[in-house]
Amino acid sequence: MILAQETALFDWEWVGRNLDSIWERTLEHLALTGVALAVGIVIATGLSAVALRRPRSYTTITAATGLLYTIPSLAVFALVAPLVGIGTSTQRFITAEIALISYTLLILTRNIVTGINGVPAGVREAATGMGYRDGERVRQIELPLALPAVMAGIRIATVTVIGLVTVTALLGLGGLGFFILDGLRRSIIFPTEIVVGVALSVSLAALIDISLLGLGRVLTPWAQDRGT
Amino acid sequence: MDFLSDVAAWFGEVGRWTDDDGIIVRTVEHLWLAVFPMLLAVLISLPVAVWLGHRRIGAFVANAVVNIGRAIPSFGLIVLAAVFFARAGVSLRFWPAAVALLALAIPPIFTNAYTAIVTVPRETVEAARGMGFTETEVLWRIEVPMGAPLIFAGIRISFIQVLATVPLAAVLSSGGGLGQYVIRGFSQGPGGLVEVFSGAMLIAILTLGADWLLSRGERLILPEGLRGRSSEEIRVAASVS
Repeated sequence: MILAQETALFDWEWVGRNLDSIWERTLEHLALTGVALAVGIVIATGLSAVALRRPRSYTTITAATGLLYTIPSLAVFALVAPLVGIGTSTQRFITAEIALISYTLLILTRNIVTGINGVPAGVREAATGMGYRDGERVRQIELPLALPAVMAGIRIATVTVIGLVTVTALLGLGGLGFFILDGLRRSIIFPTEIVVGVALSVSLAALIDISLLGLGRVLTPWAQDRGT
Repeated sequence: MDFLSDVAAWFGEVGRWTDDDGIIVRTVEHLWLAVFPMLLAVLISLPVAVWLGHRRIGAFVANAVVNIGRAIPSFGLIVLAAVFFARAGVSLRFWPAAVALLALAIPPIFTNAYTAIVTVPRETVEAARGMGFTETEVLWRIEVPMGAPLIFAGIRISFIQVLATVPLAAVLSSGGGLGQYVIRGFSQGPGGLVEVFSGAMLIAILTLGADWLLSRGERLILPEGLRGRSSEEIRVAASVS
């Protein structure tokens, strides 16, 4: 191992021997990201509903989520950890998720609210005139029209979270971040592991970003050139 | 309650504030690790961005810079930098983090400065030229002042982002400013949580305080007529650490 690191910057053999664990960590990375996004979208939808009904609350919501967004990720993990505990893997998972979710809220809420507010007043009135009730109008008319903005928010949040997940390695999770930290903490730094961690994390972000872009296009065929 | 009194005791320990590993030394280290790369980033990116904006070329560069900046995990970047500096035999305490943070600082400064100049209304610029302004005058007396709010916003966002990323540098060595407490605490498992929490409080206060001070400062520096161009949407465009 030591020899390998002294001769080559990248040791393909190590990758070959560790394919299983690389796959496992990738799935863990995806799980951490997916849960954060799913819960984040649910909470942000709730916050947006409040903000849209009471426009004055929007300032407060933006300030609060902005505060969460500004606090450094490491500090959020560290502030949540004593509250939840880090003794069991479930506790560590919850600690990580709370921090990850807190980062998605500003981006998601803002994009949902901006998207819905961007629906032309005429469209809204026409829908009401056609007999749509409030809830129906929001779900069937306003949300679809706001979708490009919402999808843009989801893309930014996803890419952000994928990067942040690597930091949860410090909690003993970390998905691909595990390789970054493990490579660093060996008695002699092992670059291969670090490069694998970073490269896969970036590729994952790019891949999912492109998939979401594609999904957005499929869902809103009328908005080909917008919302990207 | 027990936990909080432990945290209070941590802050009250002998030498906690004034030792070599004390809060004051760590805070200075933290700030310097953010200010140094920031200064370099401003020196590198502002002239290029302003010039490209003035010529109204290179929109794709601005786009690419922000996308790349967002996709690279800052944690990974710092550790990668450490790999190269370790190979070169340089101490890991300052330079790997400084270089990685420099790379992270550039995108928001660059994109905002470019956008600031490009979005100055074309008619205003043409009017200035018509009045006989030279290109240098157009740049310095029209475009830069009008773009100033957005340029400042970019610098503030970038600085906060860098300041927020500094703690991660503590994984590399005994440096990393206030992050050292958190990283050290985490490596001790549940027993280290008091130090983890205390360190995190310090980091959060420093970052939020800096954010508040800079946004106040921004308002003081800018002339009243230019305060309208808000920076809110760019906040989100910048990546987090």
